[in-house]
Amino acid sequence: MQATVDRLIAQLPILQEVPVWAVYLVWMIVVGAVLLATVSLIAGITSWVERRIAGRMQSRIGPNRVGPNGFFQWIADGLKCLFKEDITPDNADWSLFRVAPYLVFVGMFGAWAVLPYSARIFAADLNVGILYVMAITSLVVIGILMGGWASGNKWSLFGAIRSSAQIVSYEVPAGLAITTAVVMSGSLSMQGIVKSQAGPMGILGWNVFNNPFATIAFFIYFIAAVAEGNRTPFDLPEAESELVSGYNTEYSGMRFVFFLFAEWANLFLIGAVTTTLFLGGWQGPFANPDTWWGVMIGGGWFFLKSCVFVFILIWLRWTLPRLRVDQLMGMCWRYLVPIAFVCLLGTLLWMSILGQRAFFGVIKMAAGVGI
Amino acid sequence: MSALNTDIWTLNMGPQHPSTHGVIRFLLKTDGEIIEDADPDIGFLHRGLEKIAELLPYAGFMPYTDRLDYLAAVNMNWGWALSVERLADIEVPLRAEYLRVIAAELNRISSHQIAVGSLASDMGAFTPFVHAIRDREMINDLFESLCGSRLTFNYCRIGGVSHDAPEGWIERLSDYLDYYEPMVDVFNDLITNNKIFVERLKKVAPISAQKAISYGLVGPNLRGSGVKFDLRKDDPYGIYPELEFDVPVGLGYHEGELGSCFDKYMVRIEEIRESIKIIRQCIERIPEGEIVAKVPRNLKPPEGEIYCRTEAPRGEVGFYVVSNGSPKPERVKIRTGSFAAMSTIRDLARGWMIADLVAIIGGFDVIAPELDR
Amino acid sequence: MANPEEIAKALETEFKDAVLDSNVKNSKFPHVVVEVSRLNDICKFLLNDDHMAFDFLSAIAGVDKGDEFEVVYIIHSYLRNHSFAIKTRVPRSGPRVPSVCDLWAAANWHERETYDLMGIIFEGHPDLRRILLPQDWEGHPLRKDYKYPKSYDGIELRRDDDNWPDPGDKELYE
Repeated sequence: MQATVDRLIAQLPILQEVPVWAVYLVWMIVVGAVLLATVSLIAGITSWVERRIAGRMQSRIGPNRVGPNGFFQWIADGLKCLFKEDITPDNADWSLFRVAPYLVFVGMFGAWAVLPYSARIFAADLNVGILYVMAITSLVVIGILMGGWASGNKWSLFGAIRSSAQIVSYEVPAGLAITTAVVMSGSLSMQGIVKSQAGPMGILGWNVFNNPFATIAFFIYFIAAVAEGNRTPFDLPEAESELVSGYNTEYSGMRFVFFLFAEWANLFLIGAVTTTLFLGGWQGPFANPDTWWGVMIGGGWFFLKSCVFVFILIWLRWTLPRLRVDQLMGMCWRYLVPIAFVCLLGTLLWMSILGQRAFFGVIKMAAGVGI
Repeated sequence: MSALNTDIWTLNMGPQHPSTHGVIRFLLKTDGEIIEDADPDIGFLHRGLEKIAELLPYAGFMPYTDRLDYLAAVNMNWGWALSVERLADIEVPLRAEYLRVIAAELNRISSHQIAVGSLASDMGAFTPFVHAIRDREMINDLFESLCGSRLTFNYCRIGGVSHDAPEGWIERLSDYLDYYEPMVDVFNDLITNNKIFVERLKKVAPISAQKAISYGLVGPNLRGSGVKFDLRKDDPYGIYPELEFDVPVGLGYHEGELGSCFDKYMVRIEEIRESIKIIRQCIERIPEGEIVAKVPRNLKPPEGEIYCRTEAPRGEVGFYVVSNGSPKPERVKIRTGSFAAMSTIRDLARGWMIADLVAIIGGFDVIAPELDR
Repeated sequence: MANPEEIAKALETEFKDAVLDSNVKNSKFPHVVVEVSRLNDICKFLLNDDHMAFDFLSAIAGVDKGDEFEVVYIIHSYLRNHSFAIKTRVPRSGPRVPSVCDLWAAANWHERETYDLMGIIFEGHPDLRRILLPQDWEGHPLRKDYKYPKSYDGIELRRDDDNWPDPGDKELYE
């Protein structure tokens, strides 16, 4: 991003009058606002998509009044929630209660800054991109715990405790699967991981096709990401039938919308990170990063792959029942973690024996592709 | 771990709760997630039906029996009608008997649809519930053309039924059964054979047959524990002796425990199939004739008492009626299956988790109006 | 499978003086009336004896008969596939009946309900408190001389004299 701003200053002499830090600051605010707008749009549209798909799966229609096919339902809902009365329960811990939704939102939103939307379209390309994503999404746990505790409601606390146990546990297999992908790509930076998955037709170089252990690691990462996003079949923290919404029971109005917002935007985020790590990010047929239309097509591939995952997540939610807490934790610690370890070791072995090869060892990768 | 200072947590699974199947309250004492004591506090839906029965003539109490278990209204109506008819020696015409069986079995199907759907929805799968409701809507439409009402039918009368099947109703019923029978398999594919659902339920709270009998469990709750007893076969009434059907029993499906929640759930699914069989036989054999016997306007049964039980979807419902020769009963005692099921929960839930408590309540198919009368 | 006459006969031979009355011949509701003090022994016999084997207690009903209460136990047997009923009578002034909770687990809640609605006290019951009505309710509604309270917990019971559906029942309200 710094390079972009420097080029901008060089091309627009008027900006050289202003101190450099001010230009950087304004640029950061502009980028942040654009990202915020994009995330809001994506969250809102995902909520509409979810309701329509859920309706279709349940032999009913879903929202169809507000706008064509109910397309503006989410705008109506958002506006409604803005005007709702803001209730803080008596027992609640005032300051923590108010801060919790923002923490959850920041934890989710921070990760969007490093997503590689396309070869040239990104907000920041940290050289520890994926590590940063893991770290910032952990803020969500603090937010949920705060929300559950500060509500002053035993059932909310229940949901918060379950959620924190779940998220923290599932960080382990997620981290191991991420390490597998990083090992294959040779870089922690998101753009670097995507670039390392170049290959014939843009498809054969993907990490998921690199070796059989990587395919398993892909599934492990996806399951762990679903658990971290508190989605069914792992939505015990918000189990509607037991806890009436768990940690966000006592929230109303805009604060409640923040929680929901974070959840829907998280769907896309799960998809985005999974495609970056395993499915080649913006790599795809005709996504040549050198030409401008190749860059646009790459952006399109990224978006398309993430949307496929969003659809899968919605599909899972409306089909499967939920796992009980001990089954959930048992699955993580007794199944996913050992398998993730095996995948990591297997990938390392594979790579040490066969070197940098793609598509199950068939295609020889050119040296230097990756970093 | 005795050095840790752990407390027992008191939680209130309050009268308003998305999954307690009505207005029921539990005072839970839990050690984290594990329940130490689940004390049910019932009576939120107590309307004093037994007291009201002493104020009304025999025929006038019929609509109140609808509200006794609103999801299985015809079965409740039939129980009351049967008790009074046996007490007053009233003979019911044959066509009315067939219509009663058809309506009762149709109501059994719709009640079980809600029962299995809501157990699935309590487990987190929202779609099977909506599918079950979609199929149940057609039964409601059938009943609407039969007797005018979609939920509380008030269909039986002392001595027969209230309305005859309109023109073309039997054909529509037959079409519905042809549509619905394969849908049970579709439903099973969606949720019954789903590994997560089975794992949630197959080992939860098994009850041995002995304990089930001692607690007075009846209906699918009892049959889920392996006791093959069905009032329609073992103490029959109406035209049930002439009909052929099986009595499904819990078998420890999917290598679970015998008498667990999953067994009870499977018994209900299989009972839906048996009910379809019964209705088909009745459709073939239904004769023409009267639909209600000639009963005096001011019915005064002879002095005496009777206890009469019928098989409702939630177990046997028994009416103990004491008559003193006047037009109003002296005492009516209604014995329902959910009452016994609820009394079991306190001893049963100890040691299970809160998520399992939801499964237990759903597996017993407890419904509040029947519990509290 | 025994018919009611055989059951009554077995009870009469076993407990000669405890069986006060029996109504089993051609009866719609075959039952015997027993002495309240021997109730526990009789129920134990009915449960444990091989030919009786009444393992299922269906209902316990209290009936208000004026100067005495009748407590009806309706029992069935899955093993032998027969049904029967036992009645005892207790005076209105001191309605105390021994509890059968240790014999049939189903009795627990049925006895609580009979206590709640009829006011019959079951001695030996582990947890005799109201079940359907709130804990601070006064009176036992199913009794024939029950007067509805004027208000409960601030909620008033109002009635509109002219529009009351059945004026004959006015004496029920105070």
